[in-house]
Amino acid sequence: MPVLSEMRTRRIGRWTSIIGVALAAIALLGSAAAARRPLSRSAPELLQETGLYADFGRHQVDPRHLEFAPQYPLWSDGAAKKRWISLPARAAIDGSNPDVWAFPAGTRFWKEFSFGGRRIETRFMERQEDGTWLYAAYEWNEDQSEARLVSERGKPKAFDLGGGRSHFIPSVNDCKSCHQGHPAQVLGFGALQLSSARDPNAIHGEPMPAPGVDLQYLVDNKLLKRLPRAVLENPPVIHAATPAERTALGYLHGNCGHCHNDAGSLRNLGFSLRHVQGPARRDAERTVATAVGQPVKGRFPGQAPDAKLRVEPGQPERSVLLQRMGSRNPLVQMPPVGTVMIDDEAIRLVTQWIRDLEAPVRSTEATGKTAQTKGEDP
Amino acid sequence: MKASRILLIAAAVAMSVPAIALAQSKTSAKSAQVKRGEYMTMVSGCHDCHTPLKMGANGPEPDMSRMLSGHPQDMQLPPAPGPTGPWNAHVAATLTAWAGPWGVSYTANLTPDPETGVLRDFTEQQFIQTMRTGKHQGQGRQILPPMPWPMIGKMTDQDLKAIFAYLRQIPPVKNKVPDPIIATQ
Ligand code: HEC
Ligand code: HEC
Ligand code: HEC
Repeated sequence: MPVLSEMRTRRIGRWTSIIGVALAAIALLGSAAAARRPLSRSAPELLQETGLYADFGRHQVDPRHLEFAPQYPLWSDGAAKKRWISLPARAAIDGSNPDVWAFPAGTRFWKEFSFGGRRIETRFMERQEDGTWLYAAYEWNEDQSEARLVSERGKPKAFDLGGGRSHFIPSVNDCKSCHQGHPAQVLGFGALQLSSARDPNAIHGEPMPAPGVDLQYLVDNKLLKRLPRAVLENPPVIHAATPAERTALGYLHGNCGHCHNDAGSLRNLGFSLRHVQGPARRDAERTVATAVGQPVKGRFPGQAPDAKLRVEPGQPERSVLLQRMGSRNPLVQMPPVGTVMIDDEAIRLVTQWIRDLEAPVRSTEATGKTAQTKGEDP
Repeated sequence: MKASRILLIAAAVAMSVPAIALAQSKTSAKSAQVKRGEYMTMVSGCHDCHTPLKMGANGPEPDMSRMLSGHPQDMQLPPAPGPTGPWNAHVAATLTAWAGPWGVSYTANLTPDPETGVLRDFTEQQFIQTMRTGKHQGQGRQILPPMPWPMIGKMTDQDLKAIFAYLRQIPPVKNKVPDPIIATQ
């Protein structure tokens, strides 16, 4: 790649060719692995070829990669997860739009899924030169000695979850249905998910792995640039009336907000479960504004006639949002992919949140403005 | 009529000609797209499944009064026979209700009926995404067989946009297609 860009620039002129040579030199100074492996459009056959490991035989991750844990993780039927990011040498993330960070070409992410202490699959994303992201999944063999690229169509029955259910390794279309549902595409490595003010009650929350990658760490280490000062000074927190509401809305952000938001292809639903930064961050959360007391737009198979609102304050059993979260009928369930088991802990959390929304105060107030008058962030 | 008045009218007419021509070329570009969509819809077999068949003098024929409105809501069907042996799929005489190992699926109402048309909340981009991914509204549940989205999804953006433009302006038919039934293994 560096050689190619150097050749191209030579034709353009002497000055640019000097820059090209300099760039190539910088690239060569970077990690040896990165220099060996050109940015390819198709995923390599074996996981070790993506550069995750320093020593694959001993499952030793390259110490240059940073492990991280988003504060509001995605529910994946109880899988244990580990995640890593690798930025190209000397490159930084551009955080000037705090809702859509721009990652340099060559950025790589991995996410490992284990059930019962055994690795089942490792997912991989890589930013290409043209700005697109590559999506791939690798399936581990029984004795954990190999992880091979899964077909674009995914892989059923990758792990038996009991009760006739099994883990499905998502197809590339499945990856995209979640990751491309918001312009950010990267879903767990962003301002709220890595906020220095972590929600202590977040469900399925994982302990922060060393070295403690959060906004402060990224800025201090010059890995994140141009993040608005305000975001660093007031670390992002879900705006909520109570700690329990904060946790419930955080869960919906992490599990639903990548499809249900104001910026992606489903925006025409007018239904956003995603927390946003930016100038309006002191207003009510969009979840409160677009779900609480708001009529459903569609109708799911078997929807009861008295279920009319996305969230009906005080009435969890009539709230369509909760009904769809609590279903694993493929025609009804939310999210529509990535899970075959109901998240009972989340059902309890969201049920309690809906119960605690006092009907007369909030449902009449379609904009949800009352949410912020009740109190400050916990 | 005074000469000056005639002149004025003539001038107005002359000035409005380019505007009319522009509007016409716009509508004709639009109608060229719709025409292309009508053609694509015809040759790629959407009618086969989405326009119910009725019995005519010469045998079954598409019921154009229900053009592209999917499985008729008023049609009473006995439960589908289970998928057994090599003949594991069944289809109703209308070609709008299908049973197989996946369960029972009913073809969707593609007309722009604001209440019952499947595309009522779709943007053009979501229509394209639906055909490319086989997911309802581009990101939702898996679309059931025999909807041939893997074939339709290979069309160019231009052809899919043309089909969408055509479907948005055909006569709306109010027809609430039943919910599919998922097979339970
Ligand atoms: C149900 C929606 C969904 C599907 C399907 C899905 N992901 Fe994700 N993915 C997420 C969310 C949400 C996160 C962030 C939260 C977390 O990691 O727990 C994430 C995180 C990741 C990460 C870490 C980087 C990041 O964005 O935070 C990688 C890598 C990744 N996914 C790859 C994939 C690949 C590859 C596929 C398909 C094989 C896939 N994902 C399918 C929702 C999904
Ligand atoms: C992969 C994308 C995706 C994810 C993730 C997702 N949804 Fe959805 N959701 C959709 C699509 C597409 C629709 C519209 C079609 C439908 O109703 O099935 C929808 C519709 C809905 C509706 C009906 C809205 C209305 O007004 O008609 C609710 C409620 C809902 N989702 C809740 C959730 C919740 C809660 C979560 C997280 C637990 C979630 N969704 C996660 C794609 C998604
Ligand atoms: C072989 C039969 C068949 C043909 C041919 C066919 N369809 Fe379908 N189509 C179906 C069935 C069955 C469904 C309902 C599937 C379901 O409910 O999951 C469907 C559903 C749809 C939907 C709804 C998708 C959604 O998001 O829920 C659209 C749009 C559609 N078809 C468009 C078309 C177009 C356009 C053509 C022609 C280019 C076409 N179909 C040709 C059988 C067919």
